[in-house]
Amino acid sequence: MKKSLIFSLMTLFIALFLVSAFAAKALKVAMVTDTGGVHDQSFNQSAWEGLQRVKKELGVDVSFKESKQDADYAPNFETLIDGGNSLIWGIGFLMGDVILDSAKTNPKVNFAIIDYAYDKTPKNLVGVVFKAEEASFLVGYIAGKMTKKNKVGFVGGMHIPVIPPFEFGYKAGVKYANKKVEIMDQYAESFVDAAKGKAIANQMYQKGADIVFHAAGGVGDGVIEAAKEQKKWAIGVDKDQNFLAPNNVLTSAMKRVDNAVFNVTKDLKDGKFKGGQTIVYGLKEGGVDIAPSSSKHVPAAILKEVAKIKQMIIDGKLKVPTNEKDYNAFVKGL
Amino acid sequence: MLNSIAFLIGTTLLYSAPLIYTALGGVISENAGVVNIGLEGMMVLGAFTAATVGYFTGNPWFAFLMAGAAGASIALFHAIACVTYTADHVISGIAINFLGPGIALFVSTIVFEGATMTIPLSLDDKIPRPLNEVFAQNSFFDIILNQYATVYLAFILVAAVWFLLYKTRFGLRIRSVGEHPRAADTLGINVIGIKYIAVLLSGMFAGFGGAAMSIAVVSNFRPTLISGQGFIALAAMIFGKWRPFGAMWACLLFGFAQGLVVFLGGKDTIAVSSQVWAMLPYIITLVILIGVVGKSEAPSADGVPFEK
Repeated sequence: MKKSLIFSLMTLFIALFLVSAFAAKALKVAMVTDTGGVHDQSFNQSAWEGLQRVKKELGVDVSFKESKQDADYAPNFETLIDGGNSLIWGIGFLMGDVILDSAKTNPKVNFAIIDYAYDKTPKNLVGVVFKAEEASFLVGYIAGKMTKKNKVGFVGGMHIPVIPPFEFGYKAGVKYANKKVEIMDQYAESFVDAAKGKAIANQMYQKGADIVFHAAGGVGDGVIEAAKEQKKWAIGVDKDQNFLAPNNVLTSAMKRVDNAVFNVTKDLKDGKFKGGQTIVYGLKEGGVDIAPSSSKHVPAAILKEVAKIKQMIIDGKLKVPTNEKDYNAFVKGL
Repeated sequence: MLNSIAFLIGTTLLYSAPLIYTALGGVISENAGVVNIGLEGMMVLGAFTAATVGYFTGNPWFAFLMAGAAGASIALFHAIACVTYTADHVISGIAINFLGPGIALFVSTIVFEGATMTIPLSLDDKIPRPLNEVFAQNSFFDIILNQYATVYLAFILVAAVWFLLYKTRFGLRIRSVGEHPRAADTLGINVIGIKYIAVLLSGMFAGFGGAAMSIAVVSNFRPTLISGQGFIALAAMIFGKWRPFGAMWACLLFGFAQGLVVFLGGKDTIAVSSQVWAMLPYIITLVILIGVVGKSEAPSADGVPFEK
């Protein structure tokens, strides 16, 4: 009786040992969302779609952890490190410091972050940044061409370094299309307060704007909501947001977070992980673009012009401003 | 100019409706002598329930009612703890504030494949707007009156709760239980029963408040959707002196402050950073609380456990 118990316990231990040894071999990749959550219809969701593609095409084990508040970032990384992940993604600028700390204290685990470029990147960390201004310029151009009232709007999330390139790229695009267009802008100082986004966009529409572009995460839900109610145009961001309001989302400035997540993860699997670097994704690299659904509402003639401008930006013949100073100079030069 | 005024009024209504429901819930419960700081948690659960039920059934009014039911069911715990077991009302309320979001997020991850955000409803599946397309788009009256039905219902319920509390026998009983439960008991009033009903009603109203947010102001639930509205409603009830109309005015004031932030933030003429504007509602609330409201007195037996 006693012997059989010991025997079965031993078998169990051996079995467990084998299972854990086997599990350690399978590549595990995870991501931590920011407070927007994985269904934010925006860049967290896009990142998760990238990881799902990783799972499907590369057979890697993927998972995510959502952050309900900024204080959750650090514990979420801890949990995923303890979970034996080989690569952990941080989605968003706001966790820049936390992920740097985690990378320094866990040199054996690889990390990657969206929207952050470090001055000095550790060997086990990759920063991925997007030239958001390039896609924003293109949607701005579309807005400038398509506005009937010569008034358009921009709603920003918070004043963090990621957002102004959207704003000034967009404004430059609008002015490039039509110098006479008046552009309203307002920041919500939030990425989650959808009610505020709705109120801000409502005000812009009431003041006569007919197209509003948002770079404001969850606040943008409210912007699109307002466009739906008012039967005006909204321009989405990060993902193709047309599905949120098929008749009211004109186009979207896409940030192909999914492509970036896929490529960097694939590099890791192929043993070519570009640790210690900052990778820049622009129009040229297919990292940003306008949404495929644009052809639904934007006339083909305008799309043709957009394609021409896109080529000019790729060839470096057109430099898109990313801040107020460059923008003012850009407008002066038109 | 005229349209600016309309925008301010319209936005005030948009922001204050969810607060009004929740503050009414607080009024009922505290008039029966049960402090309810769990409003926030009840609101979160209501918001989640409405968005989820609305998404699956496509019937906004059914979703709205279910949100009330969800709020009432979590309020039942508060009632059991505070009324039957005479626990400290504040502690039970804090527990509810953790429990509400906890349940909502847990169920959400099960129903929506691991996500804590529900899938947005289409415009047709939201609470209807009774006066939509009655006035010319963005005309003065359109901006003010083209609101979701939940906004109008909130004001109707203010009058209804006032009538209930001050003009009916049942209302008199609620207030007597909150003022002097022992006296009420000697007169043969079922103190425990009245308190239970009041707490359940308060949960139902808080649930409505959450629903007014998740299926009218926006079209889905996310963990950050209700971030402090329950507490603001609680504060509104206090500086509304525990009365339905007082609470309503307080909620309108707070909604107005929120609208003002958006309005002033959109002006090019006033160059103040948007972070500073974002503080405005809270500063206004503090100033009014300090200077204007004067002494507000709670029902005498509010928060005092009743043991027979």
